[in-house]
Amino acid sequence: MKAEDISSDQRHLTPDSITSHGLNKEEYLALLSSLGREPTLTELGIFSVMWSEHCSYKSSRVWLKKLPTTGMAVVQGPGENAGAVDIGDGMCAVFKMESHNHPSFIEPYQGAATGVGGILRDVFTMGARPVALLNSLRFGEATHKKTRHLVGGVVAGIGGYGNCIGVPTVGGEVGFDASYNGNILVNAMCVGIADIDSLFFSAASGIGNPVVYVGSKTGRDGIHGATMASAEFDSKSEEKRPTVQVGDPFTEKLLLEACLELMSEDAIVAIQDMGAAGLTSSAVEMASKGGVGIELDLDQIPQRETGMNAYEIMLSESQERMLMVIKPEREAFARAIFDKWGIDFEVVGKITNTGCITVRHKGDVEANIPLSPLGDNAPSYERTLIMPEPACKISGTEAFESSDIAETLIQMIGSSALSSRRWIWEQYDHTIMGDTIARPGGDAALVRIHQTDRALALTCDVTPRYCAADPYQGGAQAVAECWRNLCAVGAEPLAITDCLNFGNPERAEIMGQFAATIEGMAEACTVLNFPVVSGNVSLYNETAGQAIQPTPTIGGVGLVDDVNAAATISFKNTGDKLVLIGPHGHHLDQSIYLQIIHGRAEGACPPIDLACELRTGQFVREIIRAKIVNAVHDISDGGLLVAITEMALAGGIGAQLRVSENDFVRKLFGEDQARYVVSARDGEVSELLSRARTNDIEVHLLGETGGDSLKLEGCHPISLMSLQIAHESWFPELMKS
Amino acid sequence: MNAALLVFPGSNCDRDARVALTRACGHPPRDIWHTECSIPNDIDFILVPGGFTHGDYLRPGAMAARAPVTRALVAHAARGTAILGICNGFQILTECGLLPGALIRNTGIKFVARDVHLKVERTDTMFTRAYRESAIIRMPVAHMDGNYFADNRTLSKLNDDGRIAFRYTSDPHAADWVTSAILANPNGSIDDIAGIYNEQMNVLGLMPHPERACERITGSTDGAHLFTSLIEHLS
Repeated sequence: MKAEDISSDQRHLTPDSITSHGLNKEEYLALLSSLGREPTLTELGIFSVMWSEHCSYKSSRVWLKKLPTTGMAVVQGPGENAGAVDIGDGMCAVFKMESHNHPSFIEPYQGAATGVGGILRDVFTMGARPVALLNSLRFGEATHKKTRHLVGGVVAGIGGYGNCIGVPTVGGEVGFDASYNGNILVNAMCVGIADIDSLFFSAASGIGNPVVYVGSKTGRDGIHGATMASAEFDSKSEEKRPTVQVGDPFTEKLLLEACLELMSEDAIVAIQDMGAAGLTSSAVEMASKGGVGIELDLDQIPQRETGMNAYEIMLSESQERMLMVIKPEREAFARAIFDKWGIDFEVVGKITNTGCITVRHKGDVEANIPLSPLGDNAPSYERTLIMPEPACKISGTEAFESSDIAETLIQMIGSSALSSRRWIWEQYDHTIMGDTIARPGGDAALVRIHQTDRALALTCDVTPRYCAADPYQGGAQAVAECWRNLCAVGAEPLAITDCLNFGNPERAEIMGQFAATIEGMAEACTVLNFPVVSGNVSLYNETAGQAIQPTPTIGGVGLVDDVNAAATISFKNTGDKLVLIGPHGHHLDQSIYLQIIHGRAEGACPPIDLACELRTGQFVREIIRAKIVNAVHDISDGGLLVAITEMALAGGIGAQLRVSENDFVRKLFGEDQARYVVSARDGEVSELLSRARTNDIEVHLLGETGGDSLKLEGCHPISLMSLQIAHESWFPELMKS
Repeated sequence: MNAALLVFPGSNCDRDARVALTRACGHPPRDIWHTECSIPNDIDFILVPGGFTHGDYLRPGAMAARAPVTRALVAHAARGTAILGICNGFQILTECGLLPGALIRNTGIKFVARDVHLKVERTDTMFTRAYRESAIIRMPVAHMDGNYFADNRTLSKLNDDGRIAFRYTSDPHAADWVTSAILANPNGSIDDIAGIYNEQMNVLGLMPHPERACERITGSTDGAHLFTSLIEHLS
């Protein structure tokens, strides 16, 4: 194409308009050389979003390759809209987690809602019916002036979207820390189920095949959302509110049903949702993956505002939209399905053999760009990095005394870190679809595979304070804890999705955190045979130079063969024996105890012994399957006594504990890894102990269940009522204040 | 029982209702799309499922109440056909005038999803005959607008006519320290009303979800008796 064919109404590009598009000088030069001429404004916009960190993964790509992505169960690894693992009977679980951090900070309700909407689309684009949602949230300190507003808005937004579309939100986690004061994290995970041989992919094919737009009409909302998500915040960030999209879960419900109905027929060649960078990225990705070209006629795009120009249409991030390539002879059939659901269906272009994306609007060519520099050959950086030094360990001999264990426990269980999250999950419909077997509040949620006796076990985990102390160990710990939570319900862990939230990668120490975290994760995934099948990277999570704690959120999926044999955390009977699986605790560095009781956020991450983790988890699964134990809980934040308290409160049954006085506090509150608490009927204990010996697993008898308090030898009994009140009041009090 | 299930744009509890009805009857209900102008005469039970019909835009149930199929539903109600509206279905029944009163925003101004306990007010209706007398049952609620409201005259008429079907109550088995923290009434409904009948006692609307309480493994089987009652009545 000659330069004079390009749209004449382009404004002349100034250095300012180039930097305001987030491109640096080198990137602009690369753009010029790939195009062989100056770009039009629309083309600059297209390059800008496709080369944004959010779409191109330009800082992270080289590192992400280090993560293991294959395994026996993997049906689809990273690179598609979502990953997929085999769950038997010809079915697969399709899942992914994604961040919506920046928009949620600016406009919490819509930011969080559209995060849920986007991740749902990623899953049903693959041909899966979504069956569960989870989320991992990080907010600033509870006392920070914005926290309450952000918590309220984010939770309402997540609920507003998931509840309306009718997919249960079954689990998640939330944490508070000052490092998130200016950058909250909203990571949403969706899990769906599909037949393995009817998955749908995004690679376009068939020269001349029609490109079809379905879903909501395009408006001016969200223009440059992807670019916003790829920059640091400053004090003016709230002026970016117009870049936050507005969600319409009702339309998404109709889109979901219409897409699944069409997918059950042989009509779709390729499909891609319009997420970040909207029409631009979906068109580019579909054509790039298929090694073809694509031509779009913007006059055909359904629009809800008048006078939109090509730039705005291409960059809009209006929600609830999909792009499909369909078989031409099925067009009328497909249109009838979308008509029935009242959803727009327009042919907006065709697949070409040009290897270019060509965009026409009102008779002009607004963009004509070769696909390779936009996709496969987008910039990729090996950024300078400084590998982090792990934090030093506090002296192992420092003695900690607690004169009043009851008061200590009540203070911990009623803290921002350990209090009940009921206030949150009671705003999420978690029982719709009729297959929720284990509801929020346990180690992992259990969602039955519809009309079978098998279930998916689902959890989200990360311990950012460990990652800050030691990114390598913290990355490994996040994977290990996720794996442990799946084992604790009796599931076979299958695979993970990740959402890697970090600060500005152009700072060497942040890039070092990122690199070390990936290495730690990669080692844990390898040893635990727990590959990564999908994921998302969110960088630039910092405001005015203050970065968040490294937060590699891990979403895990496991499989339970017999849902009747799964374990829960609640005590079931009076008189059952309590057993610690693993050694007694000792590690108080970076513990909740140290933080809450002594106000010290310091020390080293607990050491991760992956071989021990593997052995212990396999043992726990074995004793659950053999029905030797009737309650199981992993030991994590807060240590042994907090785990036992959670089990007691969940079952409404207390316990008597005998823990020797040596290093009492370290035993009760140490956060050493690879440990679980179980309860078993008296008659099963000898079998449990003998299996532990056979498997070379350390176990300790702790006491028995019963009564309405926790009784520790040598301490005053702690009534369940006082624990319950402390545990349940923190959140409502925060939100009421 | 020859059941029909109404499906509107935004219905999302239709699958759960279909599963529960299929389990209870041995065969699936007939799905009826919102644009249908009639509901076959051989249908003797119509379920209006929960969801967010038309996105709850305007008011929950307001637009679905004006759908062609809803006119057919009203005609069936007049002929005495058994009709059950659950959650958004209850909202549709009040919006189309089959049931009195209104369901307004929960007093907490938040969506509420949890198990509630209900007192079965009477066990001599076509919907409740399989329950033990003054039984207290458990099932989930999941709604934003479940706060039942009616004026005093309507309320006393409902009470006098024995048209209160279920009232929220506390868990009779839990220890005081467990129940004290949780309000029995999840949404502020006047007189703890969770469900009501029409004058002819053939239309029932309730906010809790019996279709989600039909299996022990998902938490409760107390909802199944509602379907058993109908099957007994209609056979």
